[in-house]
Amino acid sequence: MLKSFEENQLNDSKVLTTEDAHGKSKRHSDTLYAILFLGPSLLLLSVFVFYPMLKTLYMSFFLTNNFGQTTVFVGLNNYISILKSGSFLSSLASTFVYVIGVMVLTIVMGLALAVFANQKLRGIQFFRTIFSSTMGVSVSVSAIFFLFVFNPTSGLLNQMAGLLHLPQLNWMTDPHLAMITVIVSTVWMNLGFTFLVLFGALQAVPQSLYDAANIEGASKPYQLFKITIPMISPSLFFVGIVTLIGAFKSFGLIDLMTAGGPNNATNLLVYRIYQDAFLNGNYSQASTESIILTIIIAIMTIIQFKVLEKRVNY
Amino acid sequence: MDIAKNTQVTSKSKINVSSILQYGGLIILALIVMGPFLFGLWTSFLPTNSIAKGSLSGSLTIDNYVAAIKTTPVLGYLFNSFVVSILRTIGEVFFCSLAAYAFVFLKFKGRNVIFYLFLATMMLPFEAEVIPNFMTVKSMNLLNTYSVMVIPFLTSAFGTFMLRQAFLQMPKDLKEESDIEGLSHFQYYWHVALPYSKITLLTLAAYSFLSSWNEYLWPTLTTFSDKYRTVQAGLRQMQSTETFNNWGMIMASAIIVVIPTLVILFIGQHFFKSGLNDGSVK
Repeated sequence: MLKSFEENQLNDSKVLTTEDAHGKSKRHSDTLYAILFLGPSLLLLSVFVFYPMLKTLYMSFFLTNNFGQTTVFVGLNNYISILKSGSFLSSLASTFVYVIGVMVLTIVMGLALAVFANQKLRGIQFFRTIFSSTMGVSVSVSAIFFLFVFNPTSGLLNQMAGLLHLPQLNWMTDPHLAMITVIVSTVWMNLGFTFLVLFGALQAVPQSLYDAANIEGASKPYQLFKITIPMISPSLFFVGIVTLIGAFKSFGLIDLMTAGGPNNATNLLVYRIYQDAFLNGNYSQASTESIILTIIIAIMTIIQFKVLEKRVNY
Repeated sequence: MDIAKNTQVTSKSKINVSSILQYGGLIILALIVMGPFLFGLWTSFLPTNSIAKGSLSGSLTIDNYVAAIKTTPVLGYLFNSFVVSILRTIGEVFFCSLAAYAFVFLKFKGRNVIFYLFLATMMLPFEAEVIPNFMTVKSMNLLNTYSVMVIPFLTSAFGTFMLRQAFLQMPKDLKEESDIEGLSHFQYYWHVALPYSKITLLTLAAYSFLSSWNEYLWPTLTTFSDKYRTVQAGLRQMQSTETFNNWGMIMASAIIVVIPTLVILFIGQHFFKSGLNDGSVK
């Protein structure tokens, strides 16, 4: 992305040198067109992205009343009190557990799906379609499916545990198990997307590499770690960071499955912002938390751009 | 000859063993992926009283579907989601392509600065901006309308980049030729640039449709009547108001809701694939 932007800039400077020939009027008419073409997007982004970001930042330096109006300027006090608050820190810790768990499992499962789908077998297209299918399942539907999979009495897991004479677990009421529940559900939702990206990358790996490895008698696991994974590392990185960013922003699944509980065990960052703002009316605290979320996401995004620009490579 | 026969036999059995392993792995993975869906589908056909007893068997019935369609607004939710998603998709494709055109084919002061501004928006999570945005749409009297779910999403930095990428790949002579023929920017945009980038436009449209369909937080916050609720906000409403005893009907509603998107996904599959790979490689 960035690379082609630089190319474009180079073209730009070339154009500028030839522009004297065209005269200045062309540039003027271009500016008019630019206003028409870019205007709507700029206006929308200003109203719904730039202004709210600045406003959130502004509110995070103030105390607010129940209507979200700023009252007293407090500088960085909101940040200091939040970073000292045990409940916020435990939210942050849960969020990190959740995002790391989601990212690792998503990549492992997605890679497994992609590797198995990348074989020349009869009927393989059927499996490829199945593997990409969770992309078409929206968040509320997934939540309903999984609420029932983990349901204590009639849920799939406890029914199976019953058949196998294993202990039936209280998935939704035990804090640790509830975290596992939301992680598993999120990973499942991510599978379709992850599979499509990794499968596309696998198909671009030259078959000759595997042929050569087969001739030398290299085992399948050896080929996986020495050929496949290094060859698709840019896509693995892409999927990993997109998953990470998505997990930091998780809201729907939490809202539907656990509502942050039990005992705040799954009270992740965005759910907390929502609760503070729209349920407790504590807008300044919610704004401060929003800014912390933004900083985390911005760092992730910058890493994504920087690394993809260089291309993670073998 | 015997030796030849022997090696043939062993290699044949080896193939069988490995293909059994391959299919075995595929089937296990497919069951993991399909499991929650199949389980939900099965439950949606069970009578309410057997689900309540914690039993997963019983005479299958379509009562849950009849109840869902007759007593819940699930079809209305679907309609709302279609309206919102289609409007958003058309808007995003249109405004992003205009913006992308400006970044590629127009020379104007401040182009790089504005481009970096667009780039910057990709770092800002919408979730962190909901408080002021909620106040904005409230002051515009947009709460509980289709507009509130459409207008803020009519453009995106992501879509603009994707289309900019496509426009950059167009041959330079095309623009020069059409300049000589006297085509205006609007004509070139409409008659050359858009048709030339059809695949990317469709990919963006598919992406935009699905992400709009999936939007959860914003519709939940900004709609409060069944007249405008999308499926995400609607299923939430059903799940919180319906008693937990009526699992069969909630499941039936979930299945009704998931079928259209699965169909769209299967039809649009290869657009997603090409789009996603563009995103990850470039």
